[in-house]
Amino acid sequence: MAREIPYIAAVQEAIRVEMERDPTVVFYGQDVAPSDEDPLVQAFGRDRVRVSPISETAEIGMAVGLALAGYRPVVELLMAEFMLVAMNQVVNEAPRLRYMSGGQVKVPAVFKAGYGFTAGWAGQHTGSIYGMFMGFPGLKIALPSTPADAKGLMAAAIRDDNPVCYLINYLLVLEHGDVPEGEYVVPFGEAAVRRAGSDVTIVATGWTVGRALAAAEALSSEGIDAEVIDPRTLNPLDTATILSSVEKTGRLVIADQGTRHGGASAVIAAEVAEHGFGSLKAPIRQVTALDVTVPYSEPMEAYVLPNEEKIAGAVRQVLGEAPVAA
Amino acid sequence: MWRIRLFEERVAQLKRTLQVHGLIHLSIGGEGVAAAVCRQLRDNDAVYSGHRAHGHAIAKGTPLNRLMAELMGRSDGVCKGLGGSMHLVDKEHGFMGATGVVGGNLPLALGTALTQHLNGTDRVTVVFFGDGAVQAGHTGESINLAALWRLPVIFVCENNGMAEFTSREEHSTIERVSDVVAPYGFERTTVNGSDVPAVHHAFARFLQTARAGEGPMLLECVTYRRRGHYEGDPERYRDPVAEQEWAERDPLARLIDFGIGDDLIDGRTADAIEREAAEEIEQAVRFARDSPFPEPELSAQLVYAK
Repeated sequence: MAREIPYIAAVQEAIRVEMERDPTVVFYGQDVAPSDEDPLVQAFGRDRVRVSPISETAEIGMAVGLALAGYRPVVELLMAEFMLVAMNQVVNEAPRLRYMSGGQVKVPAVFKAGYGFTAGWAGQHTGSIYGMFMGFPGLKIALPSTPADAKGLMAAAIRDDNPVCYLINYLLVLEHGDVPEGEYVVPFGEAAVRRAGSDVTIVATGWTVGRALAAAEALSSEGIDAEVIDPRTLNPLDTATILSSVEKTGRLVIADQGTRHGGASAVIAAEVAEHGFGSLKAPIRQVTALDVTVPYSEPMEAYVLPNEEKIAGAVRQVLGEAPVAA
Repeated sequence: MWRIRLFEERVAQLKRTLQVHGLIHLSIGGEGVAAAVCRQLRDNDAVYSGHRAHGHAIAKGTPLNRLMAELMGRSDGVCKGLGGSMHLVDKEHGFMGATGVVGGNLPLALGTALTQHLNGTDRVTVVFFGDGAVQAGHTGESINLAALWRLPVIFVCENNGMAEFTSREEHSTIERVSDVVAPYGFERTTVNGSDVPAVHHAFARFLQTARAGEGPMLLECVTYRRRGHYEGDPERYRDPVAEQEWAERDPLARLIDFGIGDDLIDGRTADAIEREAAEEIEQAVRFARDSPFPEPELSAQLVYAK
């Protein structure tokens, strides 16, 4: 049975359900459950639900140690940028240990953080920095765009035997949607076709999925039929679904809240350019944030971000119905 | 200790002839700490170490042949040739990992120590690190969190007075690492790392506490790094020590003198231990040479746990 709940509640529900299901799941981080009245503390006690000091490196590294010893930690990191403080643990310890040990160990740990809160939180709290994590084999990346996926991908992240960056888009936390009750898992590496279409493929991530769907609706009144694909996880990346869509439509627009260079969009564009070139009837267009730090001032913030109009404009360009800007 | 000493001397030779091809850091001069600490542990106790890890792995039980095969990049290496000297893991013997980042796995030790609480077991966690790691942020964070959560982890600092290529006074105004943790109020002590019985007794006391689930504790062992930071290091930054000084610091020579002096061992037995170790190491070299290099395709198969 599904019922409508907000995205953020779906995340919490997944953690609670998984903690009930598996006694090795522990949850800790900064400001997690500061009160003993917290429902998770009430349900699971202070052994499994802990408040940690502001020590990202120790928090994340400790998760790796817990995972090596058979636990499944979920670390609350609040903002994705705070992982930058602990990059050695996120990218150099967690995802490399299994490999360097010749497969002797596994590291099932979830690094939970928010990103993309482009609501005036400015330079160091709004980045969509997941693109850089794609360069670290062994580290999985989940970017839920709907409340149902927020639950299902968190459950999959906890059950996965590898370290996962599970990233919550802070612009989506209050969005409501149908979420199944009880255990619910969305497998990694399976893109969702959010809207079927035949003229152009729009691959969109996180918050831009909604913007792409809105653009697609607007374009339908112009007789343009857009397909919108949400990869849901960037690693593993479901290139097969993207390539088969491009094979059908012959055109690709990529929408992503991150910057362009070294970002998720560039990786997706490269995969299609290399493996789907024969299907393309027009150059790929990328609608990303500008390659700048997100500014504070509201109009300037809006200027640097992708939006519905920019996505629609790029679609018109790949269909040859608008000039291609430099 | 002979096994560590002779193993590492052999590795140095093999490195010079490029039969061991990677970046190698030897612990000659500091073997006493590895031996005194790890020989008191069980296979299911967890040990973490840094980039100078061969001695810790050997003392914890990693077979010499599989360790040598790893250093020679062979498929029978303890990590199938994917890790090498700085990234040794031997789960079967509780050697949960070396790290190439100075102090990088102190936080991991906290996690393993926390599981001792969660599981209600007496399986302890020990993490080795050098004095160079103490100034790194992850060490401070780990010490604070371990103290805050009273984690039963034993921090073992091997203070050899050198952080890579520079001396301790160029890194910190605090000479004794045990003084760095003083404000936290947990048990700490400094011993002469070349004095194996002293390390043994100090660690035994801490181990008893950790087995009871209490901690953390810090054992600082003042040791001596006989060789350069890495094999091939021209060591222009320090003067060679006189042989007399080395003899005074050599933990192995000191232990033999102590054993013979106290009638715990006779000279013939001591020589036999050395000879057996040397034979075992030659067998390990033969084992490693006979082991094939891993299939390159394996590289893509071990990235993810299925």
